[in-house]
Amino acid sequence: MTGLMKRKQRRCWSLVSGVLFNVLCMAAQADPLPNNSRILATGGATQIEGQAGGGIVPWAVLAGYGSSDEVGASGFYTHVDLKDYSLNAFGVAVSFDNRIELSLARQEFDLGTLGKALGVPDKQLRQNIFGMKLRLYGDLIYGPLPQFAFGMQYKNNLDFGIPSAVGARHSDDADFYLSAAKLWLAGPFDRNVFANITLRYTRANQGGLLGFGGDRGDSREVMFESALGVFLTRYIAIGAEYRQQPDKLGFSPQSDWFDAFIGVFPNKHVALVAAYADLGTVATLPDQRGWYLSLQLAF
Amino acid sequence: MGIQWRRTQLTSVVLLLALLCGTGNAPASTPLYDQLGGEQGVVAIVDQFLAKLADDQRINHFFAETNLKRFREKLIEQFCALSGGPCTYTGDSMQQSHAGMGVNHAAFNALVEDLIEAMEHCKIATGAQNRLLALLAPMHKDIIEKP
Repeated sequence: MTGLMKRKQRRCWSLVSGVLFNVLCMAAQADPLPNNSRILATGGATQIEGQAGGGIVPWAVLAGYGSSDEVGASGFYTHVDLKDYSLNAFGVAVSFDNRIELSLARQEFDLGTLGKALGVPDKQLRQNIFGMKLRLYGDLIYGPLPQFAFGMQYKNNLDFGIPSAVGARHSDDADFYLSAAKLWLAGPFDRNVFANITLRYTRANQGGLLGFGGDRGDSREVMFESALGVFLTRYIAIGAEYRQQPDKLGFSPQSDWFDAFIGVFPNKHVALVAAYADLGTVATLPDQRGWYLSLQLAF
Repeated sequence: MGIQWRRTQLTSVVLLLALLCGTGNAPASTPLYDQLGGEQGVVAIVDQFLAKLADDQRINHFFAETNLKRFREKLIEQFCALSGGPCTYTGDSMQQSHAGMGVNHAAFNALVEDLIEAMEHCKIATGAQNRLLALLAPMHKDIIEKP
């Protein structure tokens, strides 16, 4: 990428983040009452790419608690501690009219021993993610059909040295997905149960941290992602998620991701998620399991 | 590869089970009316609900011209009848009673939240709360102006 393009991209990022920040401030300053009509926990947590969801899967729900004619907003910080790596992610999201969600997130992936093993000085892989999600139809709770959403994640990898060295083709790319989510009131044991299915069209390696496309193929594929959970009370949900991964890099197989989580929603401003995550083999190192902690603040 | 495939299968099976459970009949249990505390319990929930509605600036303007005595009576009747109590609902249909009010999703959600908080205040168990909400939820389509 040329210097000019990089400068342009940086300017674009600062513009987008500036706009988002202003919107967030406006949302925070507004009278809190008219902007939080949706039921507790229906904005989900913030998944690792900065969109409303669980831990690793974006769900068809929108960030914050804004209903019709309302604005919702949230910020998040997530830390994942795996056997050989760790990941920090943070960002903001805002939704309008419970119709469209815009988000910005940054991921910083600490390589631990891998950089040394590969003989490169890099200690981190970072990427920025701009997300957009549109609720197409339906309501999470009401009506017989699920809530459907279309989503996009544009990712820009900032440390393309290692991804490029292991065969990745692109430093930036977009994922597209269709998502459906439904909550059933008074399911088994009279508990509220929810499920989400997301079909993602992607060629991202480890979610884009290892770039996009590779020596084993450069075309996007449809990947299956799902989440299933139950609310033990209105404040506490437990569940699990699965995220299938493409396999575009010959240097290391890419495992599907899995997590089991507990989410706590003490009120509409705070959500806390603790999870056990299993990412399998990541960049040649097997058994990448560990803890996931995420804090979300909503306005 | 084998493990991954098993995981995919497991997830599918769990999802399928959830779908089946979600749409199937709940196991025989205490009548909801009793779980809500019978006549006394339903009256307490409705009174608490009305207090929350009156305090809720998001939606209390909808009730500015409501005959509250009648509204309370019909709500008690409705909750009692829905939960399997010895009552018959004699009020207007949800469509009739909300016609022209312009209730949007935000207002509907606010009302549901007030009802949940009223039930919490009355110490109704989570399962019973969910059962009552499940019985009320289908009314959504008759109450909201633009579905």
